[in-house]
Amino acid sequence: MAERISNRNLTRRQLLQSSVAAGGIAVIGMGFVAAPDAAWALEVTEITEHQMATLVQMARDIYPHDRVADEYYVIAVKGYDSADKKAFVAQGVARLDELAQAAGNASYLETKWEENRVALLRQIENDAFFQAVRGGLITGLYNQKAIWPIFGYEGESFSKGGYIHRGFDDINWL
Amino acid sequence: MAVKFDMSDDSVVVVIGTGAGGGVLSNELAQKGVKVVALEAGGRYLPEDYINDEWESFGQLAWVDPRTTSGDWRVSKDFPGLPAWIVKAVGGTTIHWAGASLRFQEHEWKALSTYGPVEGANLLDWPIDAAEMAPYYTKAENKLGVTRTGGRAGLPGNNNYKVFEAGAKALGYKKVHTGRMAINSAEYDNRNACQQVGFCFQGCKFGAKWSAAYTDIPRGEATGNLEVREHSHVARIVHDKRGKVSGVEYFDKDGNLHLQKARIVCVAGNTIESPRLLLNSASAMFPDGLANSSGMVGRNYMRHMTGSVYAVFDKPVRMWRGTTMAGIIQDEARHDPSRGFVGGYEMETVSLGLPFMAAFLNPGAWGRSFTTALDAYENMAGMWLVGEDMPQESNRVTLNPEVKDQWGLPVANVNYSDHPNDIAMREHAYRQGAAIYDAVGATRIFPTPPYPSTHNLGTNRMSADPKNGVVNKWGQTHDIANLFISDGSQFTTGASENPTLTIVALAIRQADHIADEMSKGNL
Ligand SMILES: Cc1cc2nc3c(=O)[nH]c(=O)nc-3n(C[C@H](O)[C@H](O)[C@H](O)COP(=O)(O)OP(=O)(O)OC[C@H]3O[C@@H](n4cnc5c(N)ncnc54)[C@H](O)[C@@H]3O)c2cc1C
Ligand code: SF4
Repeated sequence: MAERISNRNLTRRQLLQSSVAAGGIAVIGMGFVAAPDAAWALEVTEITEHQMATLVQMARDIYPHDRVADEYYVIAVKGYDSADKKAFVAQGVARLDELAQAAGNASYLETKWEENRVALLRQIENDAFFQAVRGGLITGLYNQKAIWPIFGYEGESFSKGGYIHRGFDDINWL
Repeated sequence: MAVKFDMSDDSVVVVIGTGAGGGVLSNELAQKGVKVVALEAGGRYLPEDYINDEWESFGQLAWVDPRTTSGDWRVSKDFPGLPAWIVKAVGGTTIHWAGASLRFQEHEWKALSTYGPVEGANLLDWPIDAAEMAPYYTKAENKLGVTRTGGRAGLPGNNNYKVFEAGAKALGYKKVHTGRMAINSAEYDNRNACQQVGFCFQGCKFGAKWSAAYTDIPRGEATGNLEVREHSHVARIVHDKRGKVSGVEYFDKDGNLHLQKARIVCVAGNTIESPRLLLNSASAMFPDGLANSSGMVGRNYMRHMTGSVYAVFDKPVRMWRGTTMAGIIQDEARHDPSRGFVGGYEMETVSLGLPFMAAFLNPGAWGRSFTTALDAYENMAGMWLVGEDMPQESNRVTLNPEVKDQWGLPVANVNYSDHPNDIAMREHAYRQGAAIYDAVGATRIFPTPPYPSTHNLGTNRMSADPKNGVVNKWGQTHDIANLFISDGSQFTTGASENPTLTIVALAIRQADHIADEMSKGNL
C-alpha cells in the first residue's frame, strides 16, 4: 500500500460512528476517507473527503473489477488530492452530484446501485473531468503490479529464464 | 576503434537514423570501407538495459516528441498525439519489433499492373521486381537469421500459437506455421536461442531477436569506419549553390547546433520523421522542401490495414508466455478480388501484457463490458491482422506550424483516412479471425481497432518517373544526386507483409550501389 494510505489507528467503532458509508467507501471526517472495515484509510489535505470518496467510487464504477480491492482504486486516484487539481475536482464532483440530485438521490455516492451511478457517468462521459479520471486509470490502476496476479498476468520473466521451461506451450485442452 | 570524424570532413557519408534502414546501411557501408557518420536522435540501450515492463520500457525507448494527427482513422481520436509507435534509440524500431520477416510476393512489386487502377488510390508499380530483390532478400535473411529460411529451423509454438493453429486447421487453412522470424530457434551469429521470455516488443534481453542495436551498429563501429553519434537530432539538411547537399545541422544532447559536412546524405528517420526533415529543410532554392519537385514528399503515407482479434475461452491460454508473434496464417495473403478487395492480408499471433491490453483492447471504453474482458485476460488468445493498404495522396505527413518540438522545429502532422478497400479488407479479416477462434470454442470475441502505427511507409516513395515519386530504384532522390532515402518511406506500395525484411534488403542493395558509384567517381 502506498504512503498516506494506512489504517492510522482508526478503530472500527470510530469509523462506523462517523462514516457516511456509501458504495463501500466511508467518508469519516477529520480529513480521512476509509474503508468501512478500516482496511485502508487515506488522508486528504487539499480536496474534501467527500470529493475523494466520490473519485474512488467513480474509479470503481468506470473500471469495475470485483476481485480488485478498493485500496488499488484509492492509489489510482489519490493524485487528485493536490492544489492544482482542487478546482477541477470540485467542479467535476459538484456536477456529478447535481445530476444525482436531479435523479432523486442525495449525491453520486448516495446513489446505491451501480447501474444508476453508471447512468450518471454516461451523462458526463465526454466531459474533461470524466475523461481525465478515466484516462488516468488506464495506467493508474492497471499498471499496479500488485493487481496483476488477480488477472493471472505474470509480469517480468527474464530473471526467471523466460518460459522455455516454465510452460510456454503447456496448454492441454485443445 | 571508436573512430571520430571531424565536423568539417566533407568526405563522409552521413546517415540520419540508425534503425532497420539506417543501422544496416551504416554497417554495410562501413564494411566496404566507406566512412560513415550516423546521427541518431535517441540514446544507446543494449539487452542488459531493456526492461520487462510495458510502460517502463515505452518510457525508455519510444519516440514521444510531439506529433499531431488528423483524418478519420480511429488512432487520431484515441491517441491524438501518438500516431505511431516508433523507437528513438540507437537501433531504432528494431528494438521493439516482433521479428516477423517475410518477403513480398512477386505480384506485390507490381500493384498497379496486378490490381489495375483503384479509384481514390494512387497505386504504382515499384521500379524493381522480385527477381532483382531475391539475392538481397537472401542476404537479409542470413543477416537477421530468419527461421525457416537458409536451413534454419522454425521456432516452437507457444500456447497462443497452438490455439491459433488449431482454429486455422479447423477452418481448412493450409499455410499455417510458426513464422519466418528474425528470432533464433538455435544459437546463430553469436546470438542466443529464444528463451520464450515474451517481451519481444520491449527489447529482447537475450539478444535472440535480431536488432541493429547489438549487431550491425557495433560491427560497423568495429571496422573503424563508422562513428555513431547518439542524442543527435538532425534539424536540417543543407545544400550548396549547385543544389547538392553538403551537410546536416543537428542538435546535440545539450541543445548545441552543429554542422556536419557530408559528401552524401542518407535519410533514415522512419516514414514520419524523414519527410518532416525534408520539408523542414526548405530553402530559397527548394522552397517546398528538399527533393520535392514532384510534390510527393510526405504523401501516400501507408500504415498497413491492421486490426486485432482477441478471444476469450473457458480455459486458460496465457498468451503472454513466449514469443509475442509466434505464428502466422498466410492463406489470405493472396490477391483475390472475389473477396471484395484487392491485395491480401496476413494473420499473426500477438499478445499484449495486461497494462497494454487495458490501453489498447478498446481505447476509451469503460464499464463492465470492458472490465469483464480484462477479467478473462488469462483465458485470452490474440492475433494481429496486417494487410496491404491503399496509397492515397491525401494520407500524408505535413509540417504543423502551430506545434513545435523541444528544438523549436515544426512537428509532423499525420493525416490518415481509410480507403474503402482497407475497410473491406479489415471487415473480412475480422470475420476470418473470429471464425478461427470460434472453431476452437471462443466464448467471446473482440474485433480490436488498430494501434498507433507500427508499420510506417511510403512518404518518399520510389518511382520510375520523377513526376510521381521522390526516389529512383536505388533510393536516390530524383532531384538531388547525393541525397538518398534509406528507410521504409521509400515504399511504393505496402504489400501485405511486415516491412522490415524488405527495408533491410533495400538497405543492403543501396549500400552496394552507393559504394559502387563512389568508387566510379559518380558520387
Ligand atoms: C511493436 C512493434 C512491432 C513490430 N514488429 C515488426 C515485425 O514483426 N516485423 C516487421 O517487419 N516489422 C515490425 N515492426 C516495424 C519495424 O520496426 C519498422 O518497420 C522498422 O524498424 C522501420 O525501419 P526504419 O529504418 O524505417 O525506421 P526506424 O527503425 O524507426 O529507425 C528510425 C530511426 O531514426 C531516428 N531519427 C528519426 N528522426 C531523426 C532525426 N531528425 N535525427 C536523428 N535521428 C532521427 C529515430 O530515433 C530512429 O532510431 C514493428 C514495430 C513495432 C513498433
Ligand atoms: S520470446 Fe524470445 S525473442 Fe522474444 S524477448 Fe524472449 S527470448 Fe527474446
